[in-house]
Amino acid sequence: MAAGIAASSPVVFLAGIVTIVVIQAIPSIRFSGWHFLTSLTWNIGNVYGGLEHEHGVTAASGASFGSRVFIVGTVASSVIALLMAVPVSLLTAVILAYRTRGVVRTILSTLVELLAGIPSVVIGLWGMTVLTPWISTQLGPLLSRAGGVIPYLRGPVGTGMGLLASGCVLAIMVVPIITATTRDLLLQVPTLYREGGVGLGMTDWEVVRHICFPCIREGFIGAVALGFGRAMGETMAVLMVSGNAVNLLPQNLYSPISTMAAFIADQLDSALTDASKMAVHALSELALLLMILTVATNLAARLLVSSGRWRQRRTGVDAP
Amino acid sequence: MIAGGRRRRRKIHRFLGWGCAWLAAGLVLCCLADMVGTVLLRGLESFRWRMLWTPTSGSSGGLENALLGTLLLVAISVAIAAPLGILGGVYTAEFAGRRTARVIRFVAEILSGVPSIVIGYFAYLLLVQACGWGFSALAGGISLTVMMLPYILRSTEASLQQVPLTLREAAWGVGMTRFQTIRYVVVKPAMAGMATGVLLAVAIAMGETAPLLYTAGWSTMNPNLQLTHQPVGYLTYIVYKYIEMPFPDAHALAYSAALVLLMVVLLLNVAVRAVVGHASVLRFGRGRSPRSEDYRRAGGETWQIQRKRRRS
Repeated sequence: MAAGIAASSPVVFLAGIVTIVVIQAIPSIRFSGWHFLTSLTWNIGNVYGGLEHEHGVTAASGASFGSRVFIVGTVASSVIALLMAVPVSLLTAVILAYRTRGVVRTILSTLVELLAGIPSVVIGLWGMTVLTPWISTQLGPLLSRAGGVIPYLRGPVGTGMGLLASGCVLAIMVVPIITATTRDLLLQVPTLYREGGVGLGMTDWEVVRHICFPCIREGFIGAVALGFGRAMGETMAVLMVSGNAVNLLPQNLYSPISTMAAFIADQLDSALTDASKMAVHALSELALLLMILTVATNLAARLLVSSGRWRQRRTGVDAP
Repeated sequence: MIAGGRRRRRKIHRFLGWGCAWLAAGLVLCCLADMVGTVLLRGLESFRWRMLWTPTSGSSGGLENALLGTLLLVAISVAIAAPLGILGGVYTAEFAGRRTARVIRFVAEILSGVPSIVIGYFAYLLLVQACGWGFSALAGGISLTVMMLPYILRSTEASLQQVPLTLREAAWGVGMTRFQTIRYVVVKPAMAGMATGVLLAVAIAMGETAPLLYTAGWSTMNPNLQLTHQPVGYLTYIVYKYIEMPFPDAHALAYSAALVLLMVVLLLNVAVRAVVGHASVLRFGRGRSPRSEDYRRAGGETWQIQRKRRRS
């Protein structure tokens, strides 16, 4: 039964990942405790100095591992990405589902799917060379002038690398995911419902707004949660445009930030130089935290999507 | 008067709504066009054919080592992930009970949601450090495997589910065993879908950077066939590292690498979709039976009916 063994390989891999990451995170958990979640400072200590012992584990002297900056950076950039991506992908999906057909729909859908296929490092390259200069010279000054009411919009724009750039790049990566799912959901809305709306004298926009949107609500929220999970786990594109801030909470929309995933990728060298290996363990704990966040988001998304399907079946709505 | 006002308001709403929708779709397409256009323009400016057979040296040189390295990494990961994923998909679709299948599907979904950098870090902890392989092609290949596996498994399973039950029943009817049925009857129509899954997984693996940073390392030498204790270069590393260097040579290299990468990935995507879309229509017969999209859309229900019938 080679097939059965092969089928169990995802289980093995997942169990392996969880086990290894948890085991390697234990020394860091013992060293930092709850401090890990609340502290702002990430300092691997003086790697050429002496070692210090605390709670039965060894670290370089002066070491302190706090991940609050990265948690805030991860959540903030993903939320900004969703604020931009959700309306855009919903409306794009409406166009794909109801305003195009035949060859045009196939081509447009393929283009949106191609956007999902672009390697993240290429998106990061574009973000670095096109997006950040544009934010720095045009969008940033415009927003900070127009947004006097909201304090976060004001402030020095700087190089353009930071929260806003990360959000934009993440939005571009999330849009194809949400759009594809939403388009499929919209295509599943029974034609009878839409015809009923037209029969009541609704305009075509009102049909979309008052009949189709409520129909797909659960599934759509699930798709958005799925996109949120992806955005939090994304590494390379964010790493290239985020400004890699350490020990600094974002002050406004243009502050440099760092996300958990980008920070892990960025800290390769420091992990290699720490003789006490505590930096490796701390990064492992960060990876564990990131995994918990994304997996929990994915599970919630799955739950939402399946509960949406369940309600559809209960009310007797079938796919056309 | 009031009715006229409301009518005008509804018209304005309709106009605004569709206007915003078209604007959003335009924005997405513009982003795509700008991205591909920028990489194409700057890449073509800096690309030289001799880069393909010159290895990197310092901040300049060519892409040969990175190209070969990417090919090696992808080859290793496909060699592991394709058999595992395809066999696993066959098992899930054809042999597993309903509960087992659900568990496997669930785990595969969670695995595909694990961030790529976490997979890379896991491979670093286990393979690079604990197993002592050092930065190596095998460690990089295995972390790519973990990324590709759930994808291949799900696409294999989905394409097997699209094969109508009548084909299987006919095969059983002439006395074939379940293995023979799968081997000679079921796999053939599902082949196109399975190949699509593998090729798209290859496209994903080629564009990955995060799982490789901690596992493959970087080398300016061409990869040899020593799989452990030997760091290996790859294309995405050049894009990521060389664009941050202050030298024009390095930037040219980064843009060229991005161009090569983008072209290969996009061509793979487009070609696979075009060829397979065509093939599956031909295979199922035009007009008479539903197209693959319809199968996919109705997948859940038909599958349940099939299972019920098979049980009884």
